[in-house]
Amino acid sequence: MMTNPTGRVTQGQFSFLPDLSDAEITAQIEYGLKKGYAWSVEYTDDPHPRNTYWEMYGMPMFDLADAAGVLQEMNACRKTFPQHYIRLMAFDSTRGIESIAMCFIVNRPAVEPGFGLVRQEAEGRTMRYTVHSYATDRPEAERYAP
Amino acid sequence: MASPLYAIPGSTPAAMPAGSPTPPAGAPDAAAPAAPRTVAEVLRASQVESVMDELDRDLVGLSPVKQRIRDIAALLVIDKLRLAHGLQAATPSLHMCFTGNPGTGKTTVSLRMAQILHRLGYVRKGHLVAVTRDDLVGQYIGHTAPKTKEVLKKAMGGVLFIDEAYYLYRPENERDYGQEAIEILLQVMENQRDDLVVILAGYKDRMDTFFQSNPGMSSRIAHHIDFPDYAQGELMAIAGKMLSSMAYRFDPAAERAFDEYLARRLQQPHFANARSVRNALDRARLRQASRLFADRERELTPAELTTIAEGDIRASRVFGP
Repeated sequence: MMTNPTGRVTQGQFSFLPDLSDAEITAQIEYGLKKGYAWSVEYTDDPHPRNTYWEMYGMPMFDLADAAGVLQEMNACRKTFPQHYIRLMAFDSTRGIESIAMCFIVNRPAVEPGFGLVRQEAEGRTMRYTVHSYATDRPEAERYAP
Repeated sequence: MASPLYAIPGSTPAAMPAGSPTPPAGAPDAAAPAAPRTVAEVLRASQVESVMDELDRDLVGLSPVKQRIRDIAALLVIDKLRLAHGLQAATPSLHMCFTGNPGTGKTTVSLRMAQILHRLGYVRKGHLVAVTRDDLVGQYIGHTAPKTKEVLKKAMGGVLFIDEAYYLYRPENERDYGQEAIEILLQVMENQRDDLVVILAGYKDRMDTFFQSNPGMSSRIAHHIDFPDYAQGELMAIAGKMLSSMAYRFDPAAERAFDEYLARRLQQPHFANARSVRNALDRARLRQASRLFADRERELTPAELTTIAEGDIRASRVFGP
């Protein structure tokens, strides 16, 4: 995509930065825990920007005091899905907010083929445009296979 | 650092000016305080002494327990000093087992233990998660592992206190899920020693049987601490502390009566040390309340409201025939 010359999917926080190290992720988790957020781990292999609901890996983790628990869950997910997108989400349960407060990608496939522009000719001379992820040409769980 | 912490992939990194005063990567942060050299410095930095003093002040008796905790604290302090000289890096195993009769202060001490370990910097958060078998073991296949893992995650960075740990293992039922919880516990106790400290507690004889059937558990616990029963004088001191914390006091006759009460109660079965003292005091408070309640028109002074009289103690069924 023209706006993203590196060809990496950019979703959530920190996605224009190089991948965060575990120490940096720990610091982010600690920040969220200090704010009282509940962390959860999600994964997917469909990188389309409108793919909002990813698969949950385990339950959201309420009442944690330390980042080690979230990190353990994240590493378990990385081990299970090494070639998937994995993100951490922090849920803020404050009355009136009750929504995701932080979200960033912690694991991505080694090769990200990116998106193609799809043109559709509609009635008259109308053109409709959409993006299509090359990865989704292959069936689920086989995308990003080495 | 040769390169800035972050760079946009694909962009050319900005050249660092030559001779910039950035420390080499991996060098200790210059702003960090100098490594401690003496025991006093570590103690000052960690304020562990105030916890130890509190322990001495608030907890009556238990001298072997206090000595053991002092030893552990001393080891941790010395380890800090050794670390400053680059000696030994492995975290010592801090898992503990508290055995003792009911009401000997196992839970109270483990709460303090969490504080001490936190001030020494061996657990990051210093909170205590107290659980029993119900919180770890599930009811059907596949229920136990997520349940145990969730508890472990909550306890990370603090102390996991498993009360009556011997219930985890039920030898009479070979399909019991407790074994699964024990295996997960063992794995975390071994691999994530710097993330959490596990304290098991229970009655002496049953814990011994538990360890006999789970030798792996016993060998992974470095500190087996036995809590002795309280002597009668110590129980009196505990009663005094409990009363003053509730803003009550004995009058002299009541104090003698309570001493006598303890002497008689100690002879009876099911004596639960400090817990029995608390219950006895609660009952005395009830009797004091109904004694004052009976006299409706009298104006009560603060002294009357706070004093437990001899009669409130003597009415106990321990003094019965």
